[in-house]
Amino acid sequence: MGRYFAIRIGRAALTIVLVVTFAFVVLRLSGDPALMILGPEAPPEVLAAFRKAWGLDDPIWAQYFDYFGAIAKGELGRSMRDGRPAIELVLERIPATLALTLPAFFFKVALGIPAGIYAALHRGSGIDRAVMMTAVAGFTVPSFVLALVLVLVFAVQLGWLPSGGQDSWRHAILPIATLSLGGAAVLARFTRSAMLEVLGQPYIRTASAKGVPWRKVVTSHALPNAAIPTVTILGFMVGTLIAGAVVVESVFAWPGVGRLLVVAVANRDLAVVQCILLLVAITMVTSNLIVDFLYGFLDPRLRSKGAHA
Amino acid sequence: MNAPLVAVSAISRSYSMRSGMFGRAAAVHAVDGVSLTIPRGETLGLVGESGSGKSTTGRIVLGLEPPDHGEVRFDGKPMAAPGTATWRAQRARMQMIFQDPLGALDRRLPVGTQIREPLDIHGLGTPGEREERVRELLRDVELTPAHGARYPGALSGGQRQRIVLAQALATKPDFLVCDEPVSALDVSIQAQVVNLLCDLQAQLSLTLLFISHDLRVVRQISNVVAVMYLGRIVEIGLADDLFAQPEHPYTQALVSASPAPGRRSAGRIVLAGDPPNPAARPNGCAFHPRCPRAIARCAQEVPVLSAVGGNRQVACHLVTGAATRDAA
Amino acid sequence: MSDVTLKETALRRRISLPAIPVSVLLAIGWIVAMLVIAAFAEMIAPYGFTQLDLRNRLAAPGNPAHWLGTDELGRDVLSRLLVSIRISLLIAFGATAISAIVGTTLGFLAAHFRGAVEQLVLMLTDFQASMPFLIMALAVLAFFGNSLPLLIGLMGLFGWERYARIARGLAISANAQGYAAAVRQLGATPSRIYLRHILPNIASTLIVSTTLVFPEVILMESGLSFLGLGVQPPMTSLGNMVGYGREYLTRAPWIMLAPATTIVVTTLAVSVIGDWLRDRLDPTLQ
Repeated sequence: MGRYFAIRIGRAALTIVLVVTFAFVVLRLSGDPALMILGPEAPPEVLAAFRKAWGLDDPIWAQYFDYFGAIAKGELGRSMRDGRPAIELVLERIPATLALTLPAFFFKVALGIPAGIYAALHRGSGIDRAVMMTAVAGFTVPSFVLALVLVLVFAVQLGWLPSGGQDSWRHAILPIATLSLGGAAVLARFTRSAMLEVLGQPYIRTASAKGVPWRKVVTSHALPNAAIPTVTILGFMVGTLIAGAVVVESVFAWPGVGRLLVVAVANRDLAVVQCILLLVAITMVTSNLIVDFLYGFLDPRLRSKGAHA
Repeated sequence: MNAPLVAVSAISRSYSMRSGMFGRAAAVHAVDGVSLTIPRGETLGLVGESGSGKSTTGRIVLGLEPPDHGEVRFDGKPMAAPGTATWRAQRARMQMIFQDPLGALDRRLPVGTQIREPLDIHGLGTPGEREERVRELLRDVELTPAHGARYPGALSGGQRQRIVLAQALATKPDFLVCDEPVSALDVSIQAQVVNLLCDLQAQLSLTLLFISHDLRVVRQISNVVAVMYLGRIVEIGLADDLFAQPEHPYTQALVSASPAPGRRSAGRIVLAGDPPNPAARPNGCAFHPRCPRAIARCAQEVPVLSAVGGNRQVACHLVTGAATRDAA
Repeated sequence: MSDVTLKETALRRRISLPAIPVSVLLAIGWIVAMLVIAAFAEMIAPYGFTQLDLRNRLAAPGNPAHWLGTDELGRDVLSRLLVSIRISLLIAFGATAISAIVGTTLGFLAAHFRGAVEQLVLMLTDFQASMPFLIMALAVLAFFGNSLPLLIGLMGLFGWERYARIARGLAISANAQGYAAAVRQLGATPSRIYLRHILPNIASTLIVSTTLVFPEVILMESGLSFLGLGVQPPMTSLGNMVGYGREYLTRAPWIMLAPATTIVVTTLAVSVIGDWLRDRLDPTLQ
């Protein structure tokens, strides 16, 4: 199994390198950093001094390696708006985002997976059809439309809940609901097809033909096997915990990382955008790695192969 | 004497094959030191079981893949490297007939368009001439011009193989490699296609390399027959002569296993042991574990292909005796 | 089989051809209507999409002069909707075409050259699949600012990895045996093999993938425009209209509902057509 994990870790590192390269290339392509940071009115000698100080006169590959070095040391630049380190700005927004995404993740799993399993086990039933229709709606209704419809109904028409802001737990209900509904629909559809795939396998028929009670066939044969593909999509959802609420935070004026990102993009606050980009990449890569490790335990084929290596 | 159109000298080809995900990579010698010459207008039959390397030999002779060692000369010149412009231009003079005509045809194009394709590729003739040539080719393979508008899925197996043949003949090539061209067809259709191939060969004075495991078909069409076993030629000789009096024990077994009129099945030689596995070639003569007449020497020394009189060459210690080493 | 029975089956096939499910017919009808609107938006629109009617500000739908009402500046919602459909479809079609071409080309290159080229393409597809596209798109917009061609190009980078994977896989299997190998030995150039033979043979699978990517591009573009980072005013797109309508959610929800409904129905229609095509053309795709 060591070889398997070594390959995964190597790939994870490669993804981070690619993201950093992407940021570097885009940053360099988008113009002269000295001009962008100091402004077009800066005197030429100041620009020259800035270029020298930041190594912008060095050959491009040297700049590339310096860039890596700076990132490794956590030097991600300062926000152009208030001059604070970008990393600080981003980190202080993370709790607010997690306050939405963590409960939403819980609801997605708690709603989506049981609904998908139930739909697969009762294929063609009314509940199955309802799950499928909700799942299609979850895919075709964009989150900002869902969010606005929820606001229209629960805040504007019924007046039960506030439409935006972060003053109390009641303010979090609509954003969490928006995030949960879409995600639960996707997860339900995915779980359903994973279950149906497994239930169609010959070993399920063999098990039930041997007289294993159906409940036991499902719990000890079907579920573990259907879990393997479902874990992948869960891993992707974990990876989006930090930045998966860009649109929803904007609709509900929720001061999280996503809202910060949108504002930073609108103001072209490059240091903040770059910092969020890296943070998201690290989260994604880490959660993908966790998924790969889980695979190692969930998939017995991988385990036995590991034993040989 | 006319110079041979195709001269193959000592070609070898090995693939590395892994056994399982963590297994060691082992070299599999698909073809090992094969030499052949095919005179203009003649047919060489290449016979062997699956895994004998006859298809790989065919692909190398046609230049579809390069040999690791050795050389193929076509019309006196060495074969161009696959994929180069010279190589592509050479394709107009040599063509392949595949075993599976349905797989070799594009299901999304009418067969007439596909027959025309080599002419389009090599820029031969005006568009009008190409259309005329397609009609002519369809008649040559005993189909009607109406068949040209059909799609491969709408034709029978025999008709498809005729289309493949027409496509191969479009550029008026000198040399055809036929790799098991009829083994995917019904027996009743096989004879028709083989007869057609014989007629066309005589008419167009084609040079053929005919690869098959079916001795009757090979005997019907070939002037010279070479028998391969695990990547090497074990016997080569004039077709009628070789089938009438096989010398190598393996050829004898093959001939006796093939039904022929007027011969009793009583004299049939049944081979013992495992079928040949190219990944685990036995030492010495590769055939010795299955050979009914093997002696101790067969397990140690590789017999060399050497003349045994007339046009026959055999690689067997028992047939050629001790004199071979000096002669070779 | 005699000629008569052949003719009969052919006839039956022709009769059974229109047996397309009603939902698919509706979906096709909707998409056709959208395309007609996109092509003739300016001719159909009753008003210019930036034309103000200050006496009729925030008019409700059903107004005889403005069927779908007006917005805060008295601009006709219907006219703006028609022009928005044109812009959104232009971006979605342009982007889908770019991503299909880029992805298929990279897939073919990987299949043709194998080795290092293939590893590079696979690395890029892994990278693309593992990063949330919205974040990458936002980063590019932050660095480069915004313009319509850039937006189309950026959206064109969405989903290319699916085409690349499919094209690579199918081209490798076609190259390994069958028609591609046969055409190759006829002396055909690689471009002829890939464009004239392999591409038509794998087109149905690629078209099915297109129906998966297209709605996502619409959603992505409308999301960006909704955030004010996509299509910029005075130009308008569906997401843009929803974003603008959000300010008037309490007083004039119709400004937001008309474009939102259009987005939902269009993505739904393409998905319905895609599901149906997948069943008909390519049962092997998940």
